[in-house]
Amino acid sequence: MALPPTVPFLDWAWDDLIFLVLAGVMLAGALFVVIGRDIIRSGLAMIVAFAALAGIYVLLGAVIVAAAQVLIYIGAISVLILFAIMLTQTKSGPGALVFHRQWWAGGLAAMGIVLLMVIAVINTDWPGKVGERLWSATGAIALLLFSDGLYVFTLQVIALLLTAAVVGGVFLAKREEAPDPGEPRPSTLERLRRPVDVTPPEQP
Amino acid sequence: MSQSLEAYLILSALLFGIGTFGFLARRNAIAMLMAIELMLNAVNLAAVAFGAFTPALQVHAALIALIVMAVAAAEATVGLAIVIAIYRNRRTPLVDEYASMRE
Repeated sequence: MALPPTVPFLDWAWDDLIFLVLAGVMLAGALFVVIGRDIIRSGLAMIVAFAALAGIYVLLGAVIVAAAQVLIYIGAISVLILFAIMLTQTKSGPGALVFHRQWWAGGLAAMGIVLLMVIAVINTDWPGKVGERLWSATGAIALLLFSDGLYVFTLQVIALLLTAAVVGGVFLAKREEAPDPGEPRPSTLERLRRPVDVTPPEQP
Repeated sequence: MSQSLEAYLILSALLFGIGTFGFLARRNAIAMLMAIELMLNAVNLAAVAFGAFTPALQVHAALIALIVMAVAAAEATVGLAIVIAIYRNRRTPLVDEYASMRE
C-alpha cells in the first residue's frame, strides 16, 4: 500500500509531520528533564529526548550520526547517568526543593540566549535545501577520518582523551580503604609507593 | 518546514535554552550534568543541520558531531565520577550544600 503524497486532510509533506512530531517529543522530553521533580524520571525522559533527536538526524540524512547517537547517548551515557542517580539517591531527594532560589535569574539568562539566537537565525539569509535529500556518505567519512590526514590527529587526540577519562573516572570514584583511626591518612602517592605483599598465604 | 534550515536552527536554539536553564537552576549535580548533555546535543543538531544544507560540508559536519559525542562521553565519565566522590564525603547530591568548596 503506497502512502498518499501528502498528509491526508492537512496537505503537508510527510517530512514536515515527522519533523513536527519529533521536535515536539524532543522538546517535551528536554523540558521534563529540566523541571521534573523525580530525578530518575528526568533521566528516563532524557532517553526519550535523545531518541527523538536521533530521528531528526535521520530526517537530515545523517544516518551515521543517528546510529552513533543511539549507541553512545542512549546506550552508554544514559546508563551511566542512571547508575550515578541510583548511587546518589537520598530519602530527602524527591521532597527537597528542585531549583535554587535564584531560578528566575537562570530563566532570564536562558530566555535571553534563546531570543538572541532566534533573532540571529531569522535575520540571516540561509541557503534552502538543494534538491534531493543527500544521505551522508559513510565511506567518505571513514576516508576523511582515517586516511586523508585531515582528522587523523583529531582521532588520536580523542583516543588519548577517552583513555585519560577512563583512568581519571576510575581514580576519582574508587573507594578509599578505611584508614586506621590512630594513624594519619597516607596520601595517594604514599599508598602507591608502599610495597605490595605478594607472598602467597600459607597453606595449612 | 523540514526543508528550511531555520526550523532546525530554532529547534536547536530552544534545546540549548532549555539546557541552559536546567544548568543554572537545578540544585542536583546530576541534573546539571544532564542539562549539559542537552546543550551538547543542541550544538550537535546545529552542526548536522548546517551540514545537511551545505553539501560541501556534509561529511565534515558528521565528523564534528561524532567528535562532540566522544568528548561528551569523556565529560560525563569524569563529571559523574566527581559527583560520586563528593557524594561519598558530603552525603548529598545538592550543589548548594557544597559550601565548603567556596572557602
